[in-house]
Amino acid sequence: MTPKSGNGISDQIMRQPGMLAVDVEKRLGEVLIDVKFETAGGATALFGPSGAGKTSIVNMIAGLVRPDRGRIMLDDEVLFDSAARIDLPPHRRRLGYVFQEGRLFPHLSVQQNLDYGRWIGGLAPDAAEHARIVELLDIGALLKRRPGHLSGGERQRVAIGRALLTKPRLLLLDEPLASLDRARKLEILPYLARLRDEAKVPMIYVSHQAGEILRLASQVVRIEDGRVLAVGGLELLDAEPAH
Amino acid sequence: MFDLTPEEWTAVQLSLRIALTATVVSLPLGIAVAWLLARKDFWGKALLDGVVHLPLVLPPVVTGYLLLIWFGRRAPIGSFLENTFGIVFSFRWTGAALACGVMAFPLLVRAIRLSFEAIDRRLEDAASTLGANRFWTFVTVTLPLALPGVIAGMVLCFAKALGEFGATITFVSNIPGETQTISAAIYTFTQVPGGDAAALRLVIVAVVISLIALIASEWFARRASLRYHGD
Repeated sequence: MTPKSGNGISDQIMRQPGMLAVDVEKRLGEVLIDVKFETAGGATALFGPSGAGKTSIVNMIAGLVRPDRGRIMLDDEVLFDSAARIDLPPHRRRLGYVFQEGRLFPHLSVQQNLDYGRWIGGLAPDAAEHARIVELLDIGALLKRRPGHLSGGERQRVAIGRALLTKPRLLLLDEPLASLDRARKLEILPYLARLRDEAKVPMIYVSHQAGEILRLASQVVRIEDGRVLAVGGLELLDAEPAH
Repeated sequence: MFDLTPEEWTAVQLSLRIALTATVVSLPLGIAVAWLLARKDFWGKALLDGVVHLPLVLPPVVTGYLLLIWFGRRAPIGSFLENTFGIVFSFRWTGAALACGVMAFPLLVRAIRLSFEAIDRRLEDAASTLGANRFWTFVTVTLPLALPGVIAGMVLCFAKALGEFGATITFVSNIPGETQTISAAIYTFTQVPGGDAAALRLVIVAVVISLIALIASEWFARRASLRYHGD
């Protein structure tokens, strides 16, 4: 196996929308996160062991955590640039975020959770898109229920639908399967694959499970101890951790 | 036996009006202060916290006296409010509502603050990634999730306002038809010969109103909590 490094993805894969360029530094207590990578759009995995700083990186991309310095760009738009004092708030970044624990609003029904982004953004209802996503994720039977009455797998599907319905430019998925047992994982994986193939939503998929990434991503950013070890294709998944 | 005289009936109505006014008017301010204390770090936070809670530990007579020297018609704040907005507090039912509101404010703030602190802030992050700015996040996520605490705070505030005695009587005296609440009327009746029956009737009324408020708040809080947590 040839260990790859540098940011050579763009040469290998055709450029697609959802290209992300990240170059940030953030100190969180004892941990220093210092990462620089670019993606070529499409489905990219942030891969690395627990505690490597993957969630913090995604939170910085989403605008929930502010980097100490650096720059984050999505396609041609600057989301954050410490030198230029640009820091787009999360609600103006137009990214979708699926959290590890779903984070559905417990006081709203599934239907209201799905409609939240459209409603808060003052957008006109798009019945066709709604129907398509409900069908894609197979959540039609859940619409009237409340999140408290859903199983873990159902909750994650609704969370994915809620993020998708905001028509994000990039979908961030932070270990969306980590809180689920094996059977539930197998239940969700096909939906995520359909998302990539049918909806063609660019995504950043965070995981420490090579198996999930193998099914979903085409590019891999390998993260360890708050640093980028390598950027490349799926061959990075079984490379020995370098030190 | 249970026919209230017009005088007693007036005291009951006045009490309800004063307690309701105190609760409704102090609610927005209570939510704002609770939010500041729960979520923000700023210079003077300990002082604000202390001032808000002061009426809880001060003798009510002291609070009433402070209101008198600040909000009386010739006092600085009182005369300003009268000249600018035409609001008069001294020896009016509005003054009683002010005194009750001030006395009950710590209870209101405390209940709402606790419920703000109990909210999973990650839900607010989720709202922001879905496009909600801070204001709309507060209105659509934070406040609805804090609702059981807000209701509990309102009931506590209402009950405290209904029973307030010391600060009210010091600030606006005990004028039948204007500032004589249930508590003040009971006190008056116990001071005159043959007033026992009237005092007892008002005691029963006070107990019934308080019980209804408690049961209603329990019912609201239970409903809200059922809605949020499912099963």
